[in-house]
Amino acid sequence: MDMTPNMTLSENVLLSIVLAPLAGAIVAGLFSKAIGRAGAHWVTILGVLTSFLLSLTVFKALVFDGAAKFDATVYTWLVSEGVKFEVGFLVDKLTVLMMTVVTFVSLMVHIYTIGYMADDEHNWDEKSLAGKNSYQRFFSYISLFTFSMLMLVMANNFMQLFFGWEAVGVVSYLLIGFWSTRETAIYANLKAFLVNRVGDFGFLLGIAAVLMSFNSLNYAEVFAAAPRMADATFQVFPGVDWSLLSVIGILLFVGAMGKSAQMPLHVWLPDSMEGPTPISALIHAATMVTAGIFMVARMSPIYELSETALSVVLVIGALTAFFTGLLGLVQHDIKRVVAYSTLSQLGYMTVALGASAYSAAIFHLMTHAFFKALLFLAAGSVIIAMHHEQDMRKMGGLKKYMPITYWTSLLGSLALIGFPGFSGFFSKDGIIEAVHHSHIAGSSLAYFSVTAGVFITALYSFRMFFLVFHGQERMDEHTRHHLHETPAVVTVPLMLLAIPSVILGFFTVGPVLFGDYFGDAIYVAAAHDGLAVMGEHFHGAFGFILHGMMGLPFWLASAGVFTAWFIYMKRPDIADVFQDKLSVVHRILENKYGFDDFNQKVFGDGSRGLGGLLWQVGDVKVIDGAAVNGSARLVGWFSTVVRHIQTGYLYHYAFAMIIGLLVLLSWVVVPGFVR
Amino acid sequence: MTPDVAEFAPLAAEIFVLAMACFILVLDAYLPDTRRLIAFRLTQVTLLGAAVLTWMQYDTMIGTTDRMVLLGGTYVADTLSMVLKLAVYAVSAGVFLYSRDYLRDRGILKGEYFVLGLFGVLGMMVMISAHNMLSVYLGLELLSLSMYTMVAFQRQNGVASEAAMKYFVLGAIASGMLLYGISMIYGASGSLDLAAIGRYVAEHGAEDRILAFGVVFIVAGLAFKLGNAPFHMWVPDIYNGAPTSVTLFIGAAPKIAAFAMVMRVLVEGLGGLHADWTPMLIILAVGSLAVGNVIAIAQTNIKRMLAYSTISHMGFVVLGILAANKVGYSGAMFYAITYALTSAGGFGLLVLLSRAGFEAEKLDDLKGLNDRNPWLAFLMLLLMFSMAGVPPTVGFYAKLSVLQAVVSADMVWLAAVAVFFSIIGAFYYIRVVKVMYFDKPEDEAPIFAGFDAKAVLSVNGLAVLALGVYPSGLMAWCAKALG
Repeated sequence: MDMTPNMTLSENVLLSIVLAPLAGAIVAGLFSKAIGRAGAHWVTILGVLTSFLLSLTVFKALVFDGAAKFDATVYTWLVSEGVKFEVGFLVDKLTVLMMTVVTFVSLMVHIYTIGYMADDEHNWDEKSLAGKNSYQRFFSYISLFTFSMLMLVMANNFMQLFFGWEAVGVVSYLLIGFWSTRETAIYANLKAFLVNRVGDFGFLLGIAAVLMSFNSLNYAEVFAAAPRMADATFQVFPGVDWSLLSVIGILLFVGAMGKSAQMPLHVWLPDSMEGPTPISALIHAATMVTAGIFMVARMSPIYELSETALSVVLVIGALTAFFTGLLGLVQHDIKRVVAYSTLSQLGYMTVALGASAYSAAIFHLMTHAFFKALLFLAAGSVIIAMHHEQDMRKMGGLKKYMPITYWTSLLGSLALIGFPGFSGFFSKDGIIEAVHHSHIAGSSLAYFSVTAGVFITALYSFRMFFLVFHGQERMDEHTRHHLHETPAVVTVPLMLLAIPSVILGFFTVGPVLFGDYFGDAIYVAAAHDGLAVMGEHFHGAFGFILHGMMGLPFWLASAGVFTAWFIYMKRPDIADVFQDKLSVVHRILENKYGFDDFNQKVFGDGSRGLGGLLWQVGDVKVIDGAAVNGSARLVGWFSTVVRHIQTGYLYHYAFAMIIGLLVLLSWVVVPGFVR
Repeated sequence: MTPDVAEFAPLAAEIFVLAMACFILVLDAYLPDTRRLIAFRLTQVTLLGAAVLTWMQYDTMIGTTDRMVLLGGTYVADTLSMVLKLAVYAVSAGVFLYSRDYLRDRGILKGEYFVLGLFGVLGMMVMISAHNMLSVYLGLELLSLSMYTMVAFQRQNGVASEAAMKYFVLGAIASGMLLYGISMIYGASGSLDLAAIGRYVAEHGAEDRILAFGVVFIVAGLAFKLGNAPFHMWVPDIYNGAPTSVTLFIGAAPKIAAFAMVMRVLVEGLGGLHADWTPMLIILAVGSLAVGNVIAIAQTNIKRMLAYSTISHMGFVVLGILAANKVGYSGAMFYAITYALTSAGGFGLLVLLSRAGFEAEKLDDLKGLNDRNPWLAFLMLLLMFSMAGVPPTVGFYAKLSVLQAVVSADMVWLAAVAVFFSIIGAFYYIRVVKVMYFDKPEDEAPIFAGFDAKAVLSVNGLAVLALGVYPSGLMAWCAKALG
């Protein structure tokens, strides 16, 4: 590779990164029958591998060789009244980090899927048409997802961002409902779709506000113009003026709340676990749900100008981090525990965004992508071994049957709870410290949430860990008999993901969190820059670890692990006592704070009621009854009456002709004479 | 007026048809009943020969002139006449083919049927090429007399005889009106020649109100031939009463000839008075659209239903003419030709479904046709969709081109009325489709039809689709004929 400092990135390489997974998806999707199962997984894996390797070269060029960032239009779709709608790439260090994470996790998931979906035909009714070539279709979808996600992160304009945003949403919808003959899967994907519509509506309004006030959709142009708009106001109603940038920031964040599952739009993510586990790992843990985090970080030049928007982000994130973590404590489904853990961790990232610690958010996004994908795939591995049993109450003692899964899960869990030295430790401690240094409205609430969250995280993580791998073997005899470690296509990705989960943080914490890794990709106003203050006290990763071991979070995490051990291993009877004593709390948690019931009752039943009303009164009575059937009946009645004019008598007919002649004469000729 | 022999050469097609009709009439008298098909075959040969001769006439004309007026101004040969005559031959040939088995099953496969048919074709040819009020009237009466006789062909059938009687009497009244109108025009202009009338109208049309009286009577006569309300009363009774094969004949090619007659008389002869006849045609068009589409809904007899449908379609043809611009004329011509084709297919299918002792003429007779013969059901679906004006069938394009002309003549309200009644009309066409596809068949008898008839019906049905997808070929001919 060329070592000149000012080398530029090749447009063709970037296009190849995006298009290789798309090509794979098209081939696997359209020619599924011709290429067969092996053909489908090879073609898509090769596509994603190409993307991954090329992303690595771009990473090397940008980070080590000092290449300039790439910001150019590839294709102009249309120009309307001076506004350009384009396909273009903005590839800087922020982008390339996302590209590398996305393609790496995607590659792992592709390989893992070979094992997970190996006998997918058992999941379908024999006569089901959708069950034909479902294996190939699955690979097509996940490659298509990779394409969409790359389009999203590499965009240099809002138009393409929105395209990628919706495209990942569509693929997510398709994959949640992949087993389309299951009632619950269809319910879940419809729910995900509807909730995301709410978020996307806000997002679209935000983009519209950007277009309206900046008359451009290009990031660079908008960011350059943003400081001039800092004091601009926007009349919402006559007499009510809001800060323009706050409105834009909050509207765009509403989109992020949908995509990144922040309260109260988080309800779809736990249900999305109805989809096959590989996509839970890829889409609903590592990549798509972090799109909102990425988007806010990308928009840092806008958010930095509005403390109101930052406060909203901070508070929403704090609530999500704390309350969804609690829900993880009462789940029995192994995947749902991981799902609530994902919600809580997304809350952490959002908190970091609100505290202007964008690099901490992206850093946690990166480490989380690896260890959460690892935990999901490990859960999937357990599910495969248990013959698709997901209830933890029927597991236990799996350690001796599945050593690789056991050890990789342990590493993943330690990373998740932020055990000193593991990847998650650096990113999570970074966030907690950054919030500590923040002074905007809501920061003390956020600090409490993320600190208490550490205890909760450790508690639910190790509750799951102990219930699954230790203690009594609670599965039935038949399942126990068939228990064994899963095949290499499953365990190799686990091991490959375990490596970054453990060591990545140690090597990257310096440059990413406190160094100038992101350069001008992320903009932080000096007044908000808590990380810079922390950076002054940063003396290498070892020092950070030592400092962390003296801090409160470490002891909270340890207490969480100990509590989990005590309750679920040492004295299992305590759990029931707690449940009885705190039955009110338990019931609230079981009901997930009533969000689902509220949505179901108010929005679900409400809109169905409204629809029913409009149908009964508007459609059936007015349109069908009066307009359609009424007019049809009128015409029909008229028709039966006037047909009697046709009497069959010759003289009637002749008379009609004479009448006609007279009409023509009087109507046409007489007025002619008068004139 | 001593015509030069050379002047007869362009009339080769008319002379050939006349000679063959006489020959078949004589030959048939000597044929045994078992060999009646010879008359049928000779008839088809005659139509083929006429087509060749007409094409040759047009071919020799190209390059020298685009319009030949012969025989002292009584006969004209131009692109319009060529295109319309070819359409008449094609539709008539198809009609005779559909009728063959029907006639044989009823023991009325006689040479006279085809001879009358050929005289009818000759009458249409004369109407199409008429350039004089007398030749218009001559052609019209030749066609009408043939049709009166054909309706009464099953003379032991009381309904058919009654229909023939009604048709004859009402036709005579209409002819009287037409003649009366012609005489007034003659009285005013002093000529029967359309070109001379045209010149007189252009000069004195505004002040000479006798002309307007004449136009009213002529329009009434033409409206009867087209079957426009309120001169439409004969149509349902005659369509219903006549043997289906005759209905088929009446419903197809004569519509083209009637269109030609309107074009020759109203546009070429009395074009200068279009301010007078446009309001009359509006009355006729709206009346036809209303009567045709609304009353058709109440019909259970499909022949009657198609009769009302004819009335509404002729309303559309009139719409194109009353726009009084080139787009309208070519749109109306396109409409007339494609409607003749569609109508031939529709009645042809009824003829194929009928057999000895059974007339397929009720809506119920089509029940479950899809179960009995999916291909025929599909062809009928195409034909019905075309009549309703569903894209991509030709009916859609035909309606569209006529409506365009009406809109371009600043009569948007009229286009809206036409669309309104077309929507009502769509109901009974689609009801036929519903009956064919969604009802259980009552009649399980297999459908016997000759291979050639089925093949031609397939071509007929698919042509409705093909012309709808690619209308520009025929449309270009129509535009050229009226250019």
